[in-house]
Amino acid sequence: MNLDDYSLLRAAEIAVGVRAGQVSADAVVKASFDRACDIGAGSDNLNIVLAAADEAGRAECESLTEKRNSGKDLGLLAGVPVVIKDNIASLGLPTTCGSKILEGYVSPFEATVVTRLRSHGAIVVAKTNMDEFAMGSSTENSAFGPTRNPVDVRCVPGGSSGGSAAAVAAGITPIALGSETGGSVRQPAAFCGVVGVKPTYGRVSRYGLVAFASSLDQIGVLGRTVDDAALGLEVIAGFDRLDSTSSDADVPIYRMSALGVPAPEARNPDTELLRIGRSAVPLPPPPDSKTLEGVVIGKPKEYFPDSLDASVRDVCERSLEKFREMGAVVRDISLARSPLAIPVYYIIAPAEASSNLARFDGVRYGLRVDSPLGLKGMYEETRSRGFGAEVTRRILLGTYVLSAGYYDAYYKKAQAVRRLIAEDFTAAFSSGVNAIFTPTTPTPAFHIGAISDPYEMYLNDIFTVTANLAGVPAMSVPIGRVRRLPVGGQIICAHFDEYTMFRVAYALEAALGAEAHQ
Amino acid sequence: MTTGRYEMVVGLEVHVQLKTRTKAFCGCSADFGAAPNVNTCPVCLALPGALPVLNEQAVKLATRAALGLGCTVNPVSIFARKNYFYPDLPKGYQISQFDQPLATGGSVAIGETENGAEVRIGITRVHMEEDAGKSIHDRYPGATAIDLNRSGVPLIEIVSEPDIRSAADAGAYLRTLKQILQYLDVSDVSMEEGSLRVDANISVRPPGQTKLGTKTEVKNMNSFSAVERALESEFARQAALVDSGGRVEQQTLLWDGEREVVRPSRSKEGSHDYRYFPEPDLRPLLLDAHWIALVRDELPELPDARRKRLVSDFALAPMEVEQLTTSPAIAEYFEAVARASGDAKASYNWVMGEVIAALRASGGGVDSFRVRPADLAQLLNLVRDGTISHTAGKRVFTRMVETGKPAAQIAADEGLLQVGDDAVIAGWVDEVLAEHPAEAARYLAGEKKLQGVLVGFVMRKSQGRADPKRVNQLLASRAG
Amino acid sequence: MAVTREDVLHIAQLARLGVTSERADELTRELSAILAHMEVLSQVDTAGAEVTSTVGAEGTPLRPDAGTVPGLSAPLETVAPAMRDGFFIVPRLATHEDAAGIENRA
Repeated sequence: MNLDDYSLLRAAEIAVGVRAGQVSADAVVKASFDRACDIGAGSDNLNIVLAAADEAGRAECESLTEKRNSGKDLGLLAGVPVVIKDNIASLGLPTTCGSKILEGYVSPFEATVVTRLRSHGAIVVAKTNMDEFAMGSSTENSAFGPTRNPVDVRCVPGGSSGGSAAAVAAGITPIALGSETGGSVRQPAAFCGVVGVKPTYGRVSRYGLVAFASSLDQIGVLGRTVDDAALGLEVIAGFDRLDSTSSDADVPIYRMSALGVPAPEARNPDTELLRIGRSAVPLPPPPDSKTLEGVVIGKPKEYFPDSLDASVRDVCERSLEKFREMGAVVRDISLARSPLAIPVYYIIAPAEASSNLARFDGVRYGLRVDSPLGLKGMYEETRSRGFGAEVTRRILLGTYVLSAGYYDAYYKKAQAVRRLIAEDFTAAFSSGVNAIFTPTTPTPAFHIGAISDPYEMYLNDIFTVTANLAGVPAMSVPIGRVRRLPVGGQIICAHFDEYTMFRVAYALEAALGAEAHQ
Repeated sequence: MTTGRYEMVVGLEVHVQLKTRTKAFCGCSADFGAAPNVNTCPVCLALPGALPVLNEQAVKLATRAALGLGCTVNPVSIFARKNYFYPDLPKGYQISQFDQPLATGGSVAIGETENGAEVRIGITRVHMEEDAGKSIHDRYPGATAIDLNRSGVPLIEIVSEPDIRSAADAGAYLRTLKQILQYLDVSDVSMEEGSLRVDANISVRPPGQTKLGTKTEVKNMNSFSAVERALESEFARQAALVDSGGRVEQQTLLWDGEREVVRPSRSKEGSHDYRYFPEPDLRPLLLDAHWIALVRDELPELPDARRKRLVSDFALAPMEVEQLTTSPAIAEYFEAVARASGDAKASYNWVMGEVIAALRASGGGVDSFRVRPADLAQLLNLVRDGTISHTAGKRVFTRMVETGKPAAQIAADEGLLQVGDDAVIAGWVDEVLAEHPAEAARYLAGEKKLQGVLVGFVMRKSQGRADPKRVNQLLASRAG
Repeated sequence: MAVTREDVLHIAQLARLGVTSERADELTRELSAILAHMEVLSQVDTAGAEVTSTVGAEGTPLRPDAGTVPGLSAPLETVAPAMRDGFFIVPRLATHEDAAGIENRA
């Protein structure tokens, strides 16, 4: 395997090579670091990385060698470098959530997903920049400066998982972990031209994810290709007894969907396919008119409004045409309550956040600012110095909508409308639609500093936030460029049907080929 | 209670720590007494990223308590966040229950009125929640020390209807509640140790009025008698205020045990806005009817039912039963002795007498008492049969406590078997009469009241072995 | 529904966020503008839409009453701003703050 091109290898291929002893994990990790240095991933240039592992990375590489020497299974991600969004607890490297209030905080416990990655041989090489406490759509709300989009450094990479998306786009790692509450993995994936997956709510453990809005949060995976994202999800998904909202539904081998294997067989641990699935899945055969035969793709009119940027619409229509060429049927549908999603989201998310962020009080960890006014002063100084403007705004908004006299009109009402938005999806999927396709964002990446009005910034999530509210899985796949900036196409499926979602994504990726980045 | 002009209306909120091994939402030990902050983990420290997972045993004990208090247990209940800032509340919110609690609608009987009508206090609801940590203010100057060992320990809150009409009834309610919870074995229910805490809501109104007056909340009472005194004090204050044309303001008052007054809490918060909303990190608590029925079937016999049964089964007086059932363990012990010996009265006397005295001396509990019910029953039978005298019996008992040997063996070993042989007794009588000529002469001359003294001498001489009945008879026959 | 400056100062107090006087005016404007967008919800007919705060119809899982604690890999002192003899230390509560504490719990 030519390591000069390692950044073009899929994670599965790297892992196969490391497991077979043909590829040195050390060399892969070194190449990752070199890449990061070459493009200026630190605060000197792109500001993708907040903290980088050095010695720890090497130690993990050594332990992989020991494991192989003693005949142990090295795991599905053996030797694969990964980066983790800085709101996911990791041992050894700080977990700052992009905030001054946690600057330098090194968590004394690790998130379940990180433990799972490590147990499969992945090497955590860095923690990435993000909008503070995941509140934002551009990574401009980080207390440690914005991240620049590697595709066009004048632009934002999206947010809040901007650092993770940029790391994958820049070729530092093939896989990154991010988090979603309102589109924070899919939107930056779209802006940076990479794949971003939000699983079904409850599919992936939240233990160790610093909570923003507990009923919406999910850890998501970014990948250079669909295959990378699928493999990443296979490793981190599944029941965790430490998370009461995690599901015990089986985790299929998502990569089997690339080969047209029916979903139930991809769950059966006894098949030959499992053995294949444990090695690099060969790329699927070139798509033909039967690849998506029998699949119904829903095109919801509310996500293709008249006001949609014409170039973005054209790129989406090209993808829909590809679906038809592969044998799928494209059906016009309506998700009538989706236009209510932003107001609903911006009541529920800040409300839960205002409660989740109360623990940052300077008592047990994190920033403490002393005050001559005693304890109350300490709370107020700590929190006003520690939190940035957007976080402060959302905590106030959230506190307001929960406060006495407003709870029924705002929070309770929003939860009821949320139910209606979710029902639209259920109705669509029960009517024979297998997957829904939309633009991921209304526009491609904007310039750093271009949007200052908070509500205008919120509108970036207009197509993504409904999937969080409904809890359904959704992913963004690069589908083209507009004015030389990446555009993402969004695929949404029914609860726990990530398998179909990947099937459609694999097909689209293969059908578009190089056009996805043109 | 009324001053003539007003009726006291009281509702009590009682918080009870459940005696689980681990905390409500994490596996840390729920024991107290450990060094500060050793029983902690990411969850009860509220580290960023931690999540709660509910303790099954906490649910079981809470359900048992609710059923024992006559409540209806709801098959669906919801946890909610109660949001406020305090340094020993690590998350900045407490996981509790608000709109849909675990149980509603129970009651407890606390006694009878003068005309024999039952006094019942309604229970509005029982819900589950977690405890906060401890704030210690006096350990370091200028600082407050926080210990989170207690943070996350499971609690139930028992809210009564405003049915209590006097301070005495409030005390009776609390004592009844405590006893029921002890019988249910769900908590140590000790106010001294902090596993039982009481807050009171009190208002006044003219007798006959159904509408409730404005209530105040009284907190910081650390014993049942403090609750009674605090209620009387606040009742007097409210009555005087209304008498003088003033209006009772809704506020929180703290009981000052040293000065024996209620004083306004000096927090500047006014009414608290807890911004309750359903806890998104926990799904609803679903309890199926079958599981609830199993918990109900396992309920131990409650104090009231046990009292009634002991009266009818053993023909004991209510007062005697009252004493026996103060502690469920004593009641069980008594019953075992009574059934084994067939003599309830004697069992009562010995349990309330010798057994209690021995336990007090050793400081131990009846569960670990060396003399098991069957053993005591055997002793009772020996006394009843006349095999040993009552006095000897007491000696045997003492030896049983010391050695753990059975009654019959001790009696035989120590030669305490009662002697009924007339010849032997006659011999002792003769000796006593010879040794005490003055009393003997007077007795034989007709002073019957000296019989007791002489019997005593014979008993002493025989080391308690003589059958006192025969001694009396023989002496009497000498007197002619 | 417009948010007033008093509202903003009150909720800032509830949330323990020190908000300066100038910032209060700005925030009042920002929050009012954001909330104006939410008004549309009051016109939505939600009769019959159950309120769900969590997706999924299963009950909360229960764990056994035993200690399998995911431990800490570093002592508390490594993250705590102030500890002494094993206690977390905060500035001494003023009497009214202590009273607030007693008011808030049993």
